[in-house]
Amino acid sequence: MKIEIKRYIDEGEVHEERLGYEVDLEGATLLEMLTEIKTKQDATLSFASGCRSSVCGSCAMRVNGKEVLACAYKPQEGDVVEPLKNMPVIRDLVVDMQKALDFTKVAKAWAGESDAAVALSEEDAAVNELQSDCILCGSCYSACPVYEVNGEFIGPFALTRSWRYVSDKRESDVAGKIEAVQTNGIWDCTLCGECVPVCPQGIAPKSDIDMLRNKSGILGYMDPKFVGGFGGGLDFGAPSF
Amino acid sequence: MPNNEFAKIHATQLEGQMMVDVLVIGSGGAGMVAALSAKEAGATVAILGKSYPTRSQTSMAQGGINAAIGEEDSIEQHIADTLKSSQGLASEAAVEKLCRDGVEAVRWLDSIGVPFSRTEEKKIAQRRLGGASAVRACYAQDYTGLKVLHSLYDTCVKEGITFYNEYFLLNLIRQTDEKGKVTVGGATALNIKTGEVEAFKAKTVIMATGGYSRIYQKHSTNATGSTGDGLAAAIRAGAKLSDMEFVQFHPTGLKNSSILISESARGAGGYLLNAKGERFTDELQPRDALSRAIAEEIEKSGEVFLDIRHLGEAFIDHELPQERKLAKLYENVDPVHELVPIKPVAHYTMGGIAVDADSQTAVSGLFAAGECANHNVHGANRLGGNSLLELIVFGRQAGENAAKTAAAIEAVIEDPEQLKKDQNFVQGVKYFTNQIDFYEKRYFIGNIFYNNAGIKRNDMGLKAVLGAIRQIQKELPFMGPKDKSKSYNTNLVEFIEFGNMVELAEIMVVGAISRNESRGAHYREDIPDRNDTVYGAHTISWREDGVLCVDFLNKF
Ligand SMILES: Cc1cc2nc3c(=O)[nH]c(=O)nc-3n(C[C@H](O)[C@H](O)[C@H](O)COP(=O)(O)OP(=O)(O)OC[C@H]3O[C@@H](n4cnc5c(N)ncnc54)[C@H](O)[C@@H]3O)c2cc1C
Ligand code: SF4
Ligand code: SF4
Ligand code: FES
Repeated sequence: MKIEIKRYIDEGEVHEERLGYEVDLEGATLLEMLTEIKTKQDATLSFASGCRSSVCGSCAMRVNGKEVLACAYKPQEGDVVEPLKNMPVIRDLVVDMQKALDFTKVAKAWAGESDAAVALSEEDAAVNELQSDCILCGSCYSACPVYEVNGEFIGPFALTRSWRYVSDKRESDVAGKIEAVQTNGIWDCTLCGECVPVCPQGIAPKSDIDMLRNKSGILGYMDPKFVGGFGGGLDFGAPSF
Repeated sequence: MPNNEFAKIHATQLEGQMMVDVLVIGSGGAGMVAALSAKEAGATVAILGKSYPTRSQTSMAQGGINAAIGEEDSIEQHIADTLKSSQGLASEAAVEKLCRDGVEAVRWLDSIGVPFSRTEEKKIAQRRLGGASAVRACYAQDYTGLKVLHSLYDTCVKEGITFYNEYFLLNLIRQTDEKGKVTVGGATALNIKTGEVEAFKAKTVIMATGGYSRIYQKHSTNATGSTGDGLAAAIRAGAKLSDMEFVQFHPTGLKNSSILISESARGAGGYLLNAKGERFTDELQPRDALSRAIAEEIEKSGEVFLDIRHLGEAFIDHELPQERKLAKLYENVDPVHELVPIKPVAHYTMGGIAVDADSQTAVSGLFAAGECANHNVHGANRLGGNSLLELIVFGRQAGENAAKTAAAIEAVIEDPEQLKKDQNFVQGVKYFTNQIDFYEKRYFIGNIFYNNAGIKRNDMGLKAVLGAIRQIQKELPFMGPKDKSKSYNTNLVEFIEFGNMVELAEIMVVGAISRNESRGAHYREDIPDRNDTVYGAHTISWREDGVLCVDFLNKF
């Protein structure tokens, strides 16, 4: 079977090309194929891996334009493999996740002073079970079109993580967390849903963002674009309204 | 933004100014717990890791974390079970600390947001794992490790802990003070992105780099990064390693990929069948005995399968969805209709960097925690669910003590020698001739270890492995990375990992040859009995002038 891999390296001068590799491995995953290429054919091929079992989030990449985990994807003849989008490519299939990860800090996505007196029930625990399944693979971030216009967008997984803590019954600083996602956050999402089908864990960041919007509404926040419509002095003809 | 902060701290560090009190190496569960507790104790902290924190092997733990919080359970029972499983090789004091502090450890995890599954009574849900006399393992669905690891990460971000991601530890920096005392002064690491070797200075260092089961390569459940780098660096710096020959095998790894199929499949009534389709053993005996039974059957009839077909599709989809998914994906069989080919695979390494009751190693100022350390709580056989617990209890202890020790140290001595050496190495290694392919040798070591230094061992087989390892040591200068580029050279990283594995492989085999008895995971078919008189003791290994020394340390 032949697959093509988009290669990239910056060693003083940038090299970028698509190389084809012929691999014969029955029923193998893409990660097994990449490993075969690296250890037998071309030691310079770079990619990241860890668990080999879809739980560590290391091996997200794109095949024929769609985000997949290499350790869970079975390649087809002629597949084109590329690194994730919206993040700087370090080399070949390896991207720099640091900036994307730092958005969880912007979103204050952590447990605040959690209230030990609140005992969770089975139902309470189920509320954020799905969101806490996130493996930080970055697929949703790669698929999100907002980054073309706003590089500071907090982004899908950081917002899912925000909702994961906001929806935790023990959380005592809901207001602070909601405030943290107002700028470059929930209102910048276009609700296009591109982040949903690519998530290997079946999480829908779009819905979590919607939930955060509802919560924001309850706490008295408004879509700034909507507010902007009035800001021009009751200009009801404004298209942004 | 945090990025600039990182850059700033780093810049001053490179100018030779002391910036961190405690340097944690390894950003898995143990490393992050240690960092949090060192910070809480007032120290400045940084964590260095070869990958991103959430990609650590800790993410893979499914079963749960032990704590005697149930009504039917007690701390005493937890202690008794752990000691029994250790087969005489655990320290009673350490086990007592593990089990006693375990209760508070789980409460703490709950308080930092770990979404544990709950019971109808709003309590943390628990399940029973092998070897436990009570229902004891707290869990978060099928994803206990993932959720513990991510909650720790989020808490580290909240606390503003500095991470140096994608830095590969090369060596520890040793320094001698005016009085001639040798202490640790930091570490050197390869910045994987830039290809530069950098020095990280610190008053104390905590090693938390995980286990070494990847020596078994394809025959291990472990993450690709569990190559024992921290243990190898520690022994090179003068630390001692202990009980390195004890490797726990899990009975049911998938035959081709070695991906773990959880014990729950057998717990739910799954059978083991041989090539003729017959049952041949009791599926619920302890891991070590069952692994041997399966290995023997594979020798005899060629193959062993897990059969859960009789449980029915509805049950499997509801109770064992993960197992169905893994078998389909990685073995191309659907367990609802087909048998799942399995084999026992290397899963957990009981051996590690020898530490005292304060998590301190033989090198002053160097602490260790997690799977890379040996706190003498697992002995010859680890109990399921005790490893995640160990990360929290001893990670915390290591952090506190490293912070305390650092507080008493005024400055770190300037000693650029190690940095220069390692820079030269990374430069020079690219010019090693490439006559011998190290990937081939890596594969070869995995196979001989699995066959001769695995579930069953004997003197002759082990000596053959030792001979092969010594030969490979001589050949190392004829291997090396084929990739000569600087940035993100994973071929180079894998070669250094390979070197570390070769270093540890020798120590494991020498330990296994020296231990002329069978105990727990170390089973010598030529000497099947346990011998407490001579070997009721820890195997201790260290280097003197480069020569490997091994001795047995009688009781603690
Ligand atoms: C499939 C599976 C299931 C398991 N299930 C359970 C369970 O249910 N319950 C239980 O208690 N235990 C379980 N275990 C065992 C447990 O997961 C591990 O023992 C534990 O996670 C080890 O944690 P750690 O922090 O010591 O190391 P790790 O999580 O392995 O982290 C090591 C860290 O060190 C870094 N590192 C390594 N080398 C270097 C280097 N050279 N330079 C810089 N950084 C480096 C790595 O990047 C990583 O961040 C399971 C293990 C596996 C494989
Ligand atoms: S729904 Fe929102 S977060 Fe998701 S891809 Fe679209 S714009 Fe991005
Ligand atoms: S939400 Fe899904 S796609 Fe996004 S990082 Fe998490 S696991 Fe990956
Ligand atoms: S290697 Fe861990 S998700 Fe693919």
